[in-house]
Amino acid sequence: MQQTGLSPDFGFLERAEAAGPFNAAECFQCRKCTNGCPATFAMDLYPDQVIRLAILGRKEEVLHSKTIWVCASCETCSTRCPNGVRIAELMDYFKELAVRLGIPSPEPAVTALHQTFLENVRYTGRVFEGALLPVFLLRSGQLGSKLEKGTWRDEVKLGWQMFRKGRLALVPKFIQGKGEISSILRPSK
Amino acid sequence: MNVTYYPGCSLEGTARDYADSIHGVCAALDIRLQEVPDWNCCGATAAHCIDHAASIGLPARNLKQAAQLPNSDMLVPCPMCFNRLRTAVWEQKEKGAQTDAELPQIWDLANFFAAEGMIRKLSAQVRKPLKGLNVVCYYGCMASRPPHITGATDYENPQSLDRIVAALGGTSVAWPYKTDCCGASLMISRPDMGYKLVGKLYDMAKRVGAQAIVVSCQMCQANLDMYQDKIEAEMSRLFRLPIIYFTELIGLAFGLPGTKGWLSRHFTDPLPLLRKGGLLD
Repeated sequence: MQQTGLSPDFGFLERAEAAGPFNAAECFQCRKCTNGCPATFAMDLYPDQVIRLAILGRKEEVLHSKTIWVCASCETCSTRCPNGVRIAELMDYFKELAVRLGIPSPEPAVTALHQTFLENVRYTGRVFEGALLPVFLLRSGQLGSKLEKGTWRDEVKLGWQMFRKGRLALVPKFIQGKGEISSILRPSK
Repeated sequence: MNVTYYPGCSLEGTARDYADSIHGVCAALDIRLQEVPDWNCCGATAAHCIDHAASIGLPARNLKQAAQLPNSDMLVPCPMCFNRLRTAVWEQKEKGAQTDAELPQIWDLANFFAAEGMIRKLSAQVRKPLKGLNVVCYYGCMASRPPHITGATDYENPQSLDRIVAALGGTSVAWPYKTDCCGASLMISRPDMGYKLVGKLYDMAKRVGAQAIVVSCQMCQANLDMYQDKIEAEMSRLFRLPIIYFTELIGLAFGLPGTKGWLSRHFTDPLPLLRKGGLLD
């Protein structure tokens, strides 16, 4: 957990709930969310801790945490919460807020994949998988490290296998309503 | 029977085997699929993670497009798309917006096929029962959770795929990981996480004696099928578990000629298992 001292932002939860509702204040720390979460092994804060810190207004710790990004959105937590706290949805709210506030992501690859995906949709209206992975590798800076380590061959091999098995479209499909799509998506930075 | 059909992006790419098997099976059952005109991406994980407005707006446009067709049912094979479409309806209703007056019922494809009338139709057309085939049914997350969106009542222990497998004459073995997460898009951005989550599934499937894993989600299929050799290398174990779409199983049991072609697109080859069991020439 990143220590930033006590600098609570008492409006934090209130603003979140206005965007929700996520019912975070209902949390009584039973930890059912954390115990059922399949991704805790990759988290720096447990889901119940994220909720608790949010209630306490410890915005910095929440928004800088890896947890919000490695949450797989599997919805087990929200489904099982006895008090109807929308934990997974709250994780989404925090991710979006962190991006808006320009907080550097502690999981840059995860963030880059989401951003690449939406740019891809903006361009064609549908996802064009043929461009998704290469652009993501470029954007996330993984291409460089893959070239260094020689693991780029794995990606090329996977792409080639997908193509050979007819599982990779080579040409994007542009939809008619592309204009509508760009007005639905938030302007990219 | 005419139904509205929302394929979703991956059915035009990675999951073309799924798309083709759906078309094949629906033709055999006289279900005519009418694609949503000029549909767009539902936004998937990316939109609900970092652009909430788009995560509602993108599926809402699809609902508007779907309303141009007169059908009362809309089939959605991708559980992610299904989830996002239902979320858009739910959120618009929550916010008091006028919506579902002309909206078709949005169906998760597996649930549509598992409805009672449809199960009878499936059983009636079985020519080659899947005798001796032991599988586990893997549902993943999005067709079941969260239940206020999906409408699922059996979200901790879904039954749709099990009922379909039984109707086809196969055996679905009980296992505890029916609805555990496959890692979804983390397989690309955090492969270490994806490998760990999926490896756990293989291990349990093997422990209960399954010969294959049956899925209804193209994301689960891709994550379990395409990286299996890498995960095997990582875990120093061989699983060789075919990951088969339920629609492909229906094709097999119906004896549809296209089935072999669909199954040949998988990375973890299902053909040896099916040949050995006498289910495929």
